[in-house]
Amino acid sequence: MIKYSEDHEWIKMDGDVGTVGITDYAQKALGDVVFVELPPAGDSFAKGDEVAVVESVKAASEIYAPVTGEIVEINGTLEDAPETVNSSPMDNAWFFKIKLSDMSELDGMLSEEDYNAFVEGLE
Amino acid sequence: MSDNNILNTPLYDLHLSLGAKMVPFAGYAMPVQYPLGVMGEHLHVREKAGLFDVSHMGQAFLRGTGAADIATSFESLVPGNIAGLKTGRMRYTMLLNDSGGILDDLMVTRWSGDNCLFLVVNAACKTQDFAHIEEKLAGVATLKRIEDRALIALQGPMAANILAEICPEVADMAFMSAIETDIDGVNCFVSRCGYTGEDGFEISIPNADTVKITEKLLAHPDVEPIGLGARDSLRLEAGLCLYGHDIDTTTSPVEGDLVWAIGKSRRENGGFPGADRVLAELENGTTRKRVGILPEGRAPAREHTEIQDMNGKTIGEITSGGFGPTFGGPVAMGYVASDHSAEGTAVQLIVRGKPRPAKVVKLPFVTQRYYKKPKA
Repeated sequence: MIKYSEDHEWIKMDGDVGTVGITDYAQKALGDVVFVELPPAGDSFAKGDEVAVVESVKAASEIYAPVTGEIVEINGTLEDAPETVNSSPMDNAWFFKIKLSDMSELDGMLSEEDYNAFVEGLE
Repeated sequence: MSDNNILNTPLYDLHLSLGAKMVPFAGYAMPVQYPLGVMGEHLHVREKAGLFDVSHMGQAFLRGTGAADIATSFESLVPGNIAGLKTGRMRYTMLLNDSGGILDDLMVTRWSGDNCLFLVVNAACKTQDFAHIEEKLAGVATLKRIEDRALIALQGPMAANILAEICPEVADMAFMSAIETDIDGVNCFVSRCGYTGEDGFEISIPNADTVKITEKLLAHPDVEPIGLGARDSLRLEAGLCLYGHDIDTTTSPVEGDLVWAIGKSRRENGGFPGADRVLAELENGTTRKRVGILPEGRAPAREHTEIQDMNGKTIGEITSGGFGPTFGGPVAMGYVASDHSAEGTAVQLIVRGKPRPAKVVKLPFVTQRYYKKPKA
């Protein structure tokens, strides 16, 4: 199952662990990504907390936790290859894996169809 | 400034047709980037040539009304050697306030003919600058704002060859010189200067003909349109100041490491606003200084990032910082306490609450490649 936030993040679920990244729309809006700062594994975040930072040539943008939970793994390859966020936002450039503390938070998120409609409304 | 008051340059429709992302800047709708993106645009300028719309900047003629040389009169407002400019030569200088703070930085050209200077000032400062000049030189000079001309810049190692295809005279122009000439039957002011660290030109064109000349240059396969995003990263790599960020009314030319722009005779004789302070600083030094800052690692340090010494004491602040596409990593400049301004000094930058190592370095980050005339 994959869900989306209105902040342009995706979360792909495997049991109670979700893999989180940013969408193609988000990477296009940010432009060339030159740095990604990820939280240390083991830290916990509430839904809406600032959890990571993506920097383009122009500016730094915060990434907010789409759900509440504990970071169980981060994608270390982004440290040396931040440009992956532009080339493979939905696959190779996942940011972190988070163990959800409240699965019901997913109910409030967008389906792929709803997210696509949401993005179309922005353009 | 509200959106209702936002101004468009003569190239507005062309920017839209090129797919530009437009942003408000100094009261104008300006392109921040085109579909190529900031990184691609930046690299293209360093490799080939890029075209910038800088029509938002203020252009004016300043004419002496009496017998006095206008360049000499203008020296009462700036610390540069303007009187020594030959006709058709230009210089970077600064308008100073009475306490030696920088009101704006600008380009001054001694124009051919009737006791005249051509000025190009920053967009955000132009209203105040022109009023200031008129007030201070009342009775001595008249200022004519040039509102019927746009300004474009063609920058990059291929700029001269490309522009020479439609304007052969530019090929052997000296760097920091200007001519008035016809391009495709249009009267243009062409200056060999720029804000990227590369060779290049700025071209002042009558509003009505700007699209025509710009499209002609963009038709060249090696020219890409470049937005404000890459303009900023290019000038930062080249170590060039952005007014309102790296220099402002609180910084003097000495603190701003712009001593090279203070004329030799001006250092001896003063005669410019704030000369007491500036000459004293030249003699005794300053408590802070603008320096290059090289962050270690990949995290950029943006404007207003706190700079600390290795013991955690605040010693300054980043004034411009980001990623240098040609340099291939984060680059920055800022002010530090002078006792920490030596090249190689280790400092730390507080980025999102965490100290990150950095060091003081010599500017620029990318070697400036201005045109040097071959020796005959």
